[in-house]
Amino acid sequence: MEKMIAGKNIQVNEEGYLTDFSQWDKSVAHEIAHHEGIGELTPHHWKIIDYLQDQHKQEIPLSIRKIGKSGVVDIEQFYSLFPQGPLKKATKIAGIPKPASCI
Amino acid sequence: MKKLVILGAGTAGTMMANHLSRELDLVLWEIDVIDHRQEHYYQPGYLFLPFDIYEPEDIVKPIKDFIPKGVNLINDKAEKIDAAEKKILMHNGDVIHYDVLIVATGCNIAPEEVSGMKGPEWHKSVFDFYTFEGALALRNKLREWEGGKLVVHITEMPIKCPVAPLEFAFLSDSYFKHKDMREKVEITYVTPLSGAFTKPKATEALSHLLTEKNITQVNDFGIKTVDNANKKIIDYEGREVPFDLLVTVPTNKGDALMERSGLGDDLNYIPTHKATLQSVKHPDIFVLGDATNIPASKAGSVTHFEAEILTENILRHIQGEPLKEEFDGHANCFVETGNGKALLIDFNYTHEPVEGTFPFPGVGPLRLLKETRMNHMGKLAFKWIYWNMLLKGTHIPFVSTAMQTEGKHF
Repeated sequence: MEKMIAGKNIQVNEEGYLTDFSQWDKSVAHEIAHHEGIGELTPHHWKIIDYLQDQHKQEIPLSIRKIGKSGVVDIEQFYSLFPQGPLKKATKIAGIPKPASCI
Repeated sequence: MKKLVILGAGTAGTMMANHLSRELDLVLWEIDVIDHRQEHYYQPGYLFLPFDIYEPEDIVKPIKDFIPKGVNLINDKAEKIDAAEKKILMHNGDVIHYDVLIVATGCNIAPEEVSGMKGPEWHKSVFDFYTFEGALALRNKLREWEGGKLVVHITEMPIKCPVAPLEFAFLSDSYFKHKDMREKVEITYVTPLSGAFTKPKATEALSHLLTEKNITQVNDFGIKTVDNANKKIIDYEGREVPFDLLVTVPTNKGDALMERSGLGDDLNYIPTHKATLQSVKHPDIFVLGDATNIPASKAGSVTHFEAEILTENILRHIQGEPLKEEFDGHANCFVETGNGKALLIDFNYTHEPVEGTFPFPGVGPLRLLKETRMNHMGKLAFKWIYWNMLLKGTHIPFVSTAMQTEGKHF
């Protein structure tokens, strides 16, 4: 389905995750972050978003455990930066699919 | 003579030994099965043991009873797999060379991954039911428990049989009703997921059942610690859930042998091709069951379907033919909902569980994603099927390896 995000028509799935990463940009990320109740994205948020996008590009499955060991952020900070389901929210903002670790 | 080695004599390893002892030419091939244990456990029975529905003898039998003639059972622990040299170093000092290796070492709970979980209250007021010992200790606790706050909890995904904790919550409701003490028990279901299950339509049906059974849901709970002194679990955001009795599913990890051998990921699962079941790194190693990292449920039914495809791929591999990319992630699981009813879910990598009929489209007799007595009979009958058909690698009539889409309401 199509959704208006940051003034653009963006392809998303029924849970609001982008289905075409080429449509992602920082203004899309900002708007999703607001919608998810994260507020302003700080440099630390961006560092995590970059990391997630990079892992996704390399087809490495994502999990909170792995991110906690990545050196980019520890688990406690990850929860405080993206409260209530950090991985779900951070991946949505990063424009990548919801992690498939939930089977 | 060439050698095929199967590591692990659980559900997956036993099925492969049975399939391959029929399919391989045993004049040319020796088949070894390695497992340090003596007993085979019917793991779905761990759900019923705490509620006095099954007795220990229903779920434990000797491993050797299920290993076919012509296959060597080696009762020793593997210390290390040397994939480059194609050999296994054993605890007793033996070295076993292989031409083809099948890894079926499963997964286990790792309560030590969460601070305080395996603390002073472990198996006193904090229990698992994913081990025989845990399920039995919990049975003894429940027999004398006088009520209070029961918390059913999942630590992190992935776990073996992702519906089991829900079933535990449903059966608790039913158990305490029958003991005429339901009003003395407050049941809370705590999960790291955002809903009762991982797929939307099943989540809807299962959430409805939790509400109907007066079970409170706490979602998105990333546990940080178990506070033994104050009896509560605390998450990374500081949320607290108090308990009198905590039934938790700890972190699940693959066998530590993978860590020692450099073959696993951060949870000791082996990177495996999801459609062929061949190891991503080592073409002579194949992996099935809970030991893989594939995005399918860790469940006996999944392993059963995998075993049928893997048998064919092993034969192709030996003959130098291309492997079939056929495994579709098919899972077929009964979900006990209490009071003599169950529902059934049937799904794969791409299709979520939906309503419909099974195994005959439009007929049934089993109904998908609906609570019925017939489904519960199916779940109970499964114990017989497991011991008598599934482990022996006998095809289960009318249940296809690839998931069927007919008869389902997508």
